[in-house]
Amino acid sequence: MNASHPPAIVVERLGKRFGDFDALSDVSFDVAPGEVMGFLGPNGAGKSTLIRILCGLLRPSSGHARVAGIDVVQDPEAVRRRIGYMSQKFSLYDDLSVVENLRFFGGVYGVPPRELADRVQGAVQMAALTGRENVAAGMLAGGWKQRLALGCAILHRPQVLFLDEPTSGVDPGSRRRFWGLIHDLAAQGVSVLVSTHYMDEAEYCMRVALIAAGTLIALGAPHELKQQSAGGTLLEVASADTARALEIATAVPGINDAAVYGSAVHATSMKADAVGQMLSALRAGGLPEARVRAIAPSMEDMFVHLVQASRAGDTTRPSP
Amino acid sequence: MKWRRTAAVARKEALQVVRDPRSLMIALLLPLMQMFLLGYGVKLDVNNIPLCVVDEDDSQQSRELVQRFVASRYFALRAVDRTVAPAARRIDAGMCRLALVLPPRLSESLVTRQGAAVQLLVDGTDSNTATIAAGYARSIVDAYATGLQVSLLQQRGYPTHSMTPLDVRPRVWFNEELESSHFIIPGVVALVMAVIGSQLSSLTIAREWERGTMELLLSTPVSRLELMVGKLAPYFLIGLVDAAICVGLAVGWFDVPFRGAALTLFGTTCLYLAVVLSIGYLVSVSIRSQVGASQVALVLTMLPTTLLSGFTFPIDQMPAVVQGVTTLVSARYYVTIVKAVFLKGSSALELAVPIACLAMYAAIVVALAARSFRKTLD
Repeated sequence: MNASHPPAIVVERLGKRFGDFDALSDVSFDVAPGEVMGFLGPNGAGKSTLIRILCGLLRPSSGHARVAGIDVVQDPEAVRRRIGYMSQKFSLYDDLSVVENLRFFGGVYGVPPRELADRVQGAVQMAALTGRENVAAGMLAGGWKQRLALGCAILHRPQVLFLDEPTSGVDPGSRRRFWGLIHDLAAQGVSVLVSTHYMDEAEYCMRVALIAAGTLIALGAPHELKQQSAGGTLLEVASADTARALEIATAVPGINDAAVYGSAVHATSMKADAVGQMLSALRAGGLPEARVRAIAPSMEDMFVHLVQASRAGDTTRPSP
Repeated sequence: MKWRRTAAVARKEALQVVRDPRSLMIALLLPLMQMFLLGYGVKLDVNNIPLCVVDEDDSQQSRELVQRFVASRYFALRAVDRTVAPAARRIDAGMCRLALVLPPRLSESLVTRQGAAVQLLVDGTDSNTATIAAGYARSIVDAYATGLQVSLLQQRGYPTHSMTPLDVRPRVWFNEELESSHFIIPGVVALVMAVIGSQLSSLTIAREWERGTMELLLSTPVSRLELMVGKLAPYFLIGLVDAAICVGLAVGWFDVPFRGAALTLFGTTCLYLAVVLSIGYLVSVSIRSQVGASQVALVLTMLPTTLLSGFTFPIDQMPAVVQGVTTLVSARYYVTIVKAVFLKGSSALELAVPIACLAMYAAIVVALAARSFRKTLD
């Protein structure tokens, strides 16, 4: 990250309407060269719409966006020459082999023929697909297919990489390996904008943008956002009767955002003796076996907190 | 347009066709099937019409007349009855198309030409065949009656040269035997080209949408012209191979004479392929499912090519409005050209008008196809 470089992506008050549905409204941010920016949000939040606008696939209804210094509406073809894109579900040609897919994308991205063989070879190595060069892409397992899709997207050495949910349906080992590749690319100066609905993956990003219902509700480094959201003590309530525990926790005075997380209840308390207060409430409510402890907030807790805060009209929205 | 990107698209498309059983079937099996089905199936000649005879006379003359029918290749004698009733039943049952009723004292009425000498009962459900069959029957009876009259007059010592009716002997050019397959088969070639070309290209864009690869393709710098040219190039080659197969079958198997220049046929076939491929591509762009696109492409090409191109029904026999409509059917020009090149050996110069029309048509459809595709998801 070099502050003297112009940003790789600039988004200004971007909006997109489909009919009378606001898929995206008033989104602004920018991404520096070599930065890995994560877009976090539930399905349907507008992450894919944003990425498609930045790739020149959708026209924005309002606002502006520049990628690699080029306006995406005015010259989408020039933008496309400088970006790599991995769409959801790694949409490669299933009936083409690994190498044939790579050669095709190298060709349409205009990689010079004398360099193509080397770059294809390089992509095969990067994606750890050596020995599988002639396997049909459709026969590859999720993680392999994902790395091949990444290989196809970077053959032409793009300045900016857009990855739309690249890790969905991929096993944890492959996901970790994939993030390793992303950081290698960022180290070479490639800006990466990646969307995901796995909250834990935010930890891999240098900065995270939280997006819900088409609006940007928070933006910052993962640890900053966690601090921001820690407006109290986060409690974990473990009980055999989770539903009853949630009911009791919600009713305790000073409790915000009580919600079920797996088999436990998470709740944020603004009180000083949060643990003691919760324990006595649970005992009084007929759950003496319930255990309560204060925990460090996860990305998911942060997300729930920030979404609820933004719904409540909270003005803690950070400036991008 | 960048050659590198176009070539990448063409190579990819070729690989996909080779690996897609459905496209391969259309490319290789369909032309053979159509050539044989239509080459043998569509016969406009009327031969071996099933005939029954009601011979109420049972004389030497009546048997001679029946013999004339038997000897003709137009009729196949199925039964000889003495009364009309069984013959009528045979026509009802569809066993015979035509009943020839020979009344008593046949030769007398034939010579005097008084009253109805011979009655024809014709099954008119297929009016075309009925008309032709009745015409053949009439001419056989006429010839026989004239012969009878002449020999009778000769027996009586009259000079007969003035009696001989005017003998018109038509000489048919270009298709001497009036073999209908000779003008059907060149039309079939056009039909095969139309169906293959539009079918293959109708799948090409729809397949990308259906398999979810379109979005990624749109995000690449490939232009819409590069995409179209690259995608259609392999199908163009397949179309030319199919054309060669069809012409080979027409000449080698169906014995259709080829009198013109192969180059004229090649050039116009290229133009026609550009038309049908573009039509299929246009359909593929507008309809995002492969099945839907191939159905629409089939209706758009097969129907006009069969009905309005002059392939089966002569255009100058159509009502004026329909004739006007045929000018919008590209197959009309190609069928005219192919028939003329095959049977008449016409030169490119003689075919300048249909060739110019076809070229204009190609230019318009190709331009429309090139502009039809939008590189956006909106």
